[in-house]
Amino acid sequence: MIANFTGFEADLLRSLASQLVELLRNEAAVPAETLDPFEAMMDFSGPTSAPEDPVLARLFPSAYTEDEEAAAEFRRFTEGTLRDGKAAAAATIIDDLEEAGLPAELSEDGLHVDVELDDPSAETWMRSFTDIRLALATRLGVEDDDQDYWRQLPDDDPRAQAHDIYEWVGYLQETLVDALRKG
Amino acid sequence: MCHDVGVSAASPVEVEPDLTPDEITFLAKPWVTIVWNDPVNLMSYVTFVFQKYFGYDKKKAEKLMLEVHNDGRSVVSTGTREEMERDVQAMHEYGLWATTERAS
Repeated sequence: MIANFTGFEADLLRSLASQLVELLRNEAAVPAETLDPFEAMMDFSGPTSAPEDPVLARLFPSAYTEDEEAAAEFRRFTEGTLRDGKAAAAATIIDDLEEAGLPAELSEDGLHVDVELDDPSAETWMRSFTDIRLALATRLGVEDDDQDYWRQLPDDDPRAQAHDIYEWVGYLQETLVDALRKG
Repeated sequence: MCHDVGVSAASPVEVEPDLTPDEITFLAKPWVTIVWNDPVNLMSYVTFVFQKYFGYDKKKAEKLMLEVHNDGRSVVSTGTREEMERDVQAMHEYGLWATTERAS
């Protein structure tokens, strides 16, 4: 399938994907303290407590709601892999856009970027769009059935603009899901 | 992962003669993966993930998606604890909010 973007849209997507990569690589994934000091020193395999940043906490939720120990162990074994996977998926979006002709600095008007995606790449984009939408929604405080709230915000409200971008990525994702189902 | 396999039931399960093989399998596999509702994920996307990852047909995937949407949560798979941790990890890869617990 071919995804068509204006230069502005492609640049915006790249910026969102870059922010996600930065967030995923930024907050140190530090293992929580354990009772045994030697064990604590040897334990560098992964974090055991939920991230403090609300976006990261949503991207890496606890697998056990009522068993903290099991949740910590699960996190230690999985969060690093999940982080790497999500960062790699966002990096794929950036690479694909740049290979399709998006320059490092967007300067010319009327640029169009057509990205050819096979099914596995389209699925990677689709997954990363979810992460981007989860990040935007968590920062904005999106809730169920809150359309009226966002619609009544003045157009120049930055939150309204961010919400428009959130909706736009949702539209792109819906388009990808449709294309993958028919493919 | 290095958890004990949670299949050794403390008390023997009495298998009623009219149970189907599926129900017997369910009794022997006491862990479940639960997907929780969130205000972000699109209905079409959630259905797609259930079809793609679990191999469910469209009808079953849509039924589970609607349970998540309407009831706030749905049991999407059943199996050993290890199997459920794999499923939870996969759901987190897809950005769905999933947890595991003993089947009630």
